Amino acid sequence: MGIYLPIAEISVNVFVLLAMGAAVGFLSGMFGVGGGFLITPLLIFYNIPPAIAVATGANQVIASSFSGALSHMKRGTLDFKLGGVLLAGGIVGSTGGIFVFAFLRRLGQLDLFISLLYVVLLGTVGGLMLVESVNALRATRSGAAPVLKKSGQHNWIHRLPLKMRFRASKLFVSVIPVLGLGAGIGFLSSIMGVGGGFIMVPALIYLLKVPTNVVIGTSLFQIIFTSAYTTLVHATTNQTVDVMLAFLLMAGGVAGAQYGAKAGQKLRGEQLRALLALLVLAVAIRLAIDLFVTPPNLYSLTAAGLN
Amino acid sequence: MRGWSTFATAALLFALALPAAAQSPNPLPEGIQIGLSTDAVSITAGFSGADLTIFGSLENPDPLVARQGRYDVIVVLEGPPRPVVVRRKDRVLGVWVNLESETFENVPVSYSVATTRPLQDITEPNSYKQLSLGASNLYMQPADATDSPATIEEFTVALRERKAATGLYSENVGGVQFLSQNLFRATVRLAPNVPVGTHKARAFLFKSGLFLKESSAQLEIRKSGFEQSIFRVAHDYSFLYGVFAVSLAMITGWLGRLIFRKD
Repeated sequence: MGIYLPIAEISVNVFVLLAMGAAVGFLSGMFGVGGGFLITPLLIFYNIPPAIAVATGANQVIASSFSGALSHMKRGTLDFKLGGVLLAGGIVGSTGGIFVFAFLRRLGQLDLFISLLYVVLLGTVGGLMLVESVNALRATRSGAAPVLKKSGQHNWIHRLPLKMRFRASKLFVSVIPVLGLGAGIGFLSSIMGVGGGFIMVPALIYLLKVPTNVVIGTSLFQIIFTSAYTTLVHATTNQTVDVMLAFLLMAGGVAGAQYGAKAGQKLRGEQLRALLALLVLAVAIRLAIDLFVTPPNLYSLTAAGLN
Repeated sequence: MRGWSTFATAALLFALALPAAAQSPNPLPEGIQIGLSTDAVSITAGFSGADLTIFGSLENPDPLVARQGRYDVIVVLEGPPRPVVVRRKDRVLGVWVNLESETFENVPVSYSVATTRPLQDITEPNSYKQLSLGASNLYMQPADATDSPATIEEFTVALRERKAATGLYSENVGGVQFLSQNLFRATVRLAPNVPVGTHKARAFLFKSGLFLKESSAQLEIRKSGFEQSIFRVAHDYSFLYGVFAVSLAMITGWLGRLIFRKD
């Protein structure tokens, strides 16, 4: 069944979009990520203009992270204070990102920049995760007790000034890295249409040493607001949010997410991380191929005078 | 539509009643008229391209010429003109990057042609050029005329090629059919991504390869009620639209948890 998207101005298949939403929702429920990093490239592969894919991806992320954050709030695994500081940084980063987005779109380099960011970030995060999880899998197979990182040890981040206490996370740390991290994620959110969970979660765990149980809830909490802000700003400055497209993706996504969460409980942590790493790497490789392989059309048309 | 067919019938009777007029040394000049069955086309949720039928009639055709099939009609549906940037990808360190670009002013977003016969059989390339008729004869005005002619030519060719590849520039040979000596029907294709706005339908009449007359009509292409409302709101009340998009996402997330909850 075809449906005409009012903002993207093309006709697409409803079932393809619902299935896309459901598949990404399933994976995001399974791995506890927003799924924006999968939705946006998938939409681009499906010929949705990148500018619209990014803005609509951000809109879709709100739905999945909101539903996830609700369950964490109920379980009390959400640090509102830490989330709030991350958010303050996020708003600044997101605003900057929107300007860069509009600027690159005028230059005609937006697609390239989005692809490059995806390849670099997904490649790095996926690679690191794969190495880490394969090591963990090997360790458990050989019967050795998993070697824990010396969590008590402080790194340079903990020597920065302007310290603040975050009770729920049992953390006493400078606000500078927290704000910086928030700003970085906000920037990516507005340029890549992602929530940034796949960077936020490892950064909170490894850089700030936030307890793992608080990390996902807090990251989801801040992602709701960063992507809501991104959606609002894209809607007002670029008019690139397609609610029809977003709604189809969300409808499939929220259903898929709950089944994915259930499936995820059957797998062990390292297995989950290894699978997620493979998935992230696959997306990165697919996008990298497009950068290097001779495109079928060297020429492209865009309406001039946008923005 | 009814108005035009009545008109056509009247013209036909007139032609039959005065057969002598055709033989006289100074017959009434031939003319052409077209009429659209509708002055607006709506794009609905299920739109995936369409064929648009345009009816028209010849005025005072010479029956002899008509019988020999020496009248040719070309119908063009031209979309609203808009500026376009054409970009070319080149390899930089192995990565394909948009490097060179050329901006053109007033490029018709779409250009669908329907003809009685293949274009090259109707008249000389020169007359097409003079009439700037046919996608390959449209003059694409570069925004920066100081660029080298070779570059401009290269990007103009690429522009036409891309437009044709996306179905926006199309040619329907045999898309114009004579239903009687003076009544004809033209079928032009509307691509699935046809732009909204005011389109111009033009009909050109040729006799034995000579251009005689031209007639035009306007057609409004717009999104239907619901799609149009969304588009309007997104542009006119963009902030409220954003708030709506965010609330919709939150409600969907919350409902999804209620309905599909597994914990």
